[in-house]
Amino acid sequence: MQFSQTHLLGIEPLSPVEITEVLDLAEQYVDLNQSERKHADALTGLTQINMFFENSTRTQASFELAGKRLGADVMNMAMQVSSLKKGETLIDTALTLNAMHPDLLVVRHPHSGAVDLLAQKVNCSVLNAGDGRHEHPTQALLDALTIRRAKGRLYRLSIAICGDIAHSRVARSNILLLQKMENRVRLIGPPTLMPAGIADFGVEVFDDMAEGLRDVDVVMMLRLQRERMDGGFIPSEREYYFRYGLDAEKLSFAKPDAIVMHPGPMNRGVEIDGEIADDINRSVIQDQVEMGVAVRMAVMDLLARGLRARRREAGKGVMA
Amino acid sequence: MKTLFTNARLVDPEAGTDAPGWLLVEDGVIGGRGNDAPPEGGERVDCGGKCLAPGIVDIGVKVCEPGERHKESYRSAGLAAAAGGVTTMVTRPDTTPAIDNPETLEFVARRANAAAPVNVLPMAALTKGREGREMTEIGFLMDAGAVAFTDCDRVVSDTKVLSRALIYARGCGALVIAHPQDRGLSAAAAATSGKFASLKGLPAVSPMAERMGLDRDIALIEMTQARYHADQITTARALPALERAKRNGLDITAGTSVHHLTLNEFDVADYRTFFKVKPPLRSEDDRQAVVAALREGLIDIISSMHTPQDEESKRLPYEEAASGAVALETLLPAVLRLYHSADLTLPQLFRALSLNPARRLGLDAGRLAKGAPADLVLFDPETPFVLDRWQLRSKSKNTPFDGQRMQGRVLGTWVGGKRVHGAA
Repeated sequence: MQFSQTHLLGIEPLSPVEITEVLDLAEQYVDLNQSERKHADALTGLTQINMFFENSTRTQASFELAGKRLGADVMNMAMQVSSLKKGETLIDTALTLNAMHPDLLVVRHPHSGAVDLLAQKVNCSVLNAGDGRHEHPTQALLDALTIRRAKGRLYRLSIAICGDIAHSRVARSNILLLQKMENRVRLIGPPTLMPAGIADFGVEVFDDMAEGLRDVDVVMMLRLQRERMDGGFIPSEREYYFRYGLDAEKLSFAKPDAIVMHPGPMNRGVEIDGEIADDINRSVIQDQVEMGVAVRMAVMDLLARGLRARRREAGKGVMA
Repeated sequence: MKTLFTNARLVDPEAGTDAPGWLLVEDGVIGGRGNDAPPEGGERVDCGGKCLAPGIVDIGVKVCEPGERHKESYRSAGLAAAAGGVTTMVTRPDTTPAIDNPETLEFVARRANAAAPVNVLPMAALTKGREGREMTEIGFLMDAGAVAFTDCDRVVSDTKVLSRALIYARGCGALVIAHPQDRGLSAAAAATSGKFASLKGLPAVSPMAERMGLDRDIALIEMTQARYHADQITTARALPALERAKRNGLDITAGTSVHHLTLNEFDVADYRTFFKVKPPLRSEDDRQAVVAALREGLIDIISSMHTPQDEESKRLPYEEAASGAVALETLLPAVLRLYHSADLTLPQLFRALSLNPARRLGLDAGRLAKGAPADLVLFDPETPFVLDRWQLRSKSKNTPFDGQRMQGRVLGTWVGGKRVHGAA
C-alpha cells in the first residue's frame, strides 16, 4: 500500500501514486455499488462522524452512504444549528467529539484552513469535505475517476474549468490534482471571478469561452453562487449566461467527444444549458454522483487501514 | 551617582559609528564618552566588548489596560520591554474602551509609570471611540501627556472628519499617526492577494490598498500641513508616493514593523494564526523593498507593533483569528537578522529603533551624546538561541518566532541610568 496519509485534508500533499491508488480501489467499489448486495466490511466496528458546519445535502448523503456501505456506524451532526450558536469554539467542539472516540471525522467548514486546525486537535482520521475556498479533495478525486473512466486515461488531457474560480474549492483541488497527473488545465471565467496570482499556478487563463474551450477534452463547469450574481462580481445573471453559460454553440469549440462535468447542484440557465446537462452523450454529471460514493468509500477504506496499522504499532490493540 | 561603562562597542546612530570606547553616566544622563583610558571612580560596568546602544523607543505598543488586563498589563509589558532593550514604550489607545479622553489617559499614565520599569508615553485616540466621527479633545489630551494621536488600525474614512482633525492637530502642534489603508479594498482580508492567498483560499487584499490609503493621506497633509506619521509601510508600491511627499517638504515620516521586515506571506504556511498581523504579511519582493527603503532612510522607524492576544483568540480558523503578535522581547533579536544578512549596519538599525522615533516625538533620547538621558541597551549581537515562547515575559505568548533560531541577546537595560534588566 502506497497511501500513507493520516488525514485527507487536501489534494496538495498527495502523490500521483497515492491518487492512482485511491482511484484503483474506487473502481472496485463502483462494481460493488452496482451489484445487488452493496456491503463490504472495511469499516466494521469504526465510528464515522459527519460534521457539517455549512449546509450540504449531496456531499453529506454521499459520505453517509459510503460509510454505511462499508459497515461503519455513521452519525450526522448539523453543526450550523448546534453548539456554534451557543458560542462554543471549533476546538472545543473537536475535543468534545474526540472524547467519543470516533475513527473517521468528515468535516465541512465555511472557513479555509478550519479542517486543518481541527485535525491537529483530534486523534482520528479527518476528511476534508470542503473548507472555505481552500480544498474539496474528494470532489477532485471523484472528478478524476469520472474523467478516467470516460476518457480511458487521466494524463495528457486538456481540461477547461469554467466559472467562479475565485470562490471555488472544487476548482483549487481539481487544478492541483489534474496538474499532478500531468494534464493541461485551462481556467475560463470573468476576471472578477479569477483569483489573484492565478497565472503562477501554471494554468492558462481565458476570459472568453470560445477561445478557452477550443479543442479541450473535458469541460468542467462550476456552480455560481446566487449571492454573487447581482452586481457584486458580475452584472447580472443573464449577462453571465450569455457570456459564460455552457450551451451547444460554445461547446462546439471543444473536441467532438469532449465530456461535460458539473459538481452540482446546477443552476440551469445560469452556468449551464439544461439540454446539455441532460445530454447522455456529453454529460457525465450523473456519473460524477455515482463515482462520489465509490471514491469516498475508497478514501475511507485507505485511511482506516492506516489508522488500524498505526494503532497496532502503538500497541493499543483496539482493533486486534 | 556615576556609572562607567568600560570596554564597550558603542553603537551611535547619530554619528553613524560603531567603535570601541567607554561611556560615563552621571545622575541619569550621559556625562561623556571616549576611546582613550577611561576616567577613574564610580561604579563600573565591564561591557566585555559587547554593543552598547541607545535604548529602543518603540512607537505603537499595545498594553491591554484598560479592558483586557489578562492579555497584558503595564507590569508585564514593562518587564518584557526591559528584557528586550526597549527603554520607552509609546502605547496605543486601541484599548477597551479606547483612550480618548484626558481622564482615562491620566489614569493610564499613572498606572503605567508606577508599574513599568521603563518609560511609558501614552498616545491618545484621534477620534472619539476611534469611530472616525468626532475628534477627541486634542489640546486637553496633550496637556495630560499624550505624545501622538492615532486611531491605530482603524482608518478614518470620512475625509472631512480627518481633514478637520489634522488641521486642529496642526494648530496644537500634535503628531497624527495613521494606518494607510483603503478600507473598502481591505475589508475582511486575512492575507495579501497573490499566489499564496489563492492557494490557501484566504480572503485577500491587494497590496495596492496601502498605496491608495497613503496617497489619500498625503493629499490631506498637503492640504492641512499637518504633522503625520504612517504607522506601517509594508509594500513596494507605496514607496514612490512616500518619497515624493518627503521631497515636496511635507512633514511626513513612516514606520514599518519588525514582522514585515523579517517575515513574508509564505511563513503563514498551514494557516498558522500567530503569523496573522495587520496589515497581512507581504510578498518577499515587498519585504526586500521595505528593507531597502529602511536602509536608504526613506522609512524612518521600526516598531514592534506589540499586540498581545490570548490563546483563545488565536486558536480559531485563520479568517476568524485575531490579528497581531507580541514583539517587545523579540524586536531586537529579530531585526538583528537584517544585520547578520548584511542588509543594515548596527548604527542604521538603531537610527530606526531609537534615534528617529525619539526625534519624531521630540524626545532627547535615542542618542549617546553628552546630556542625553542614560537610556541604554547592552547586547551581544552574536549569541544564538532558539526562542521558546513560554519564556517570554508578556502575559500573551503569541509570537511568530516560536521555535525559531535567533541571534542576539540583550544583556542589560538601563533607564535614566538605573539598571532595569540583566544581572549586575
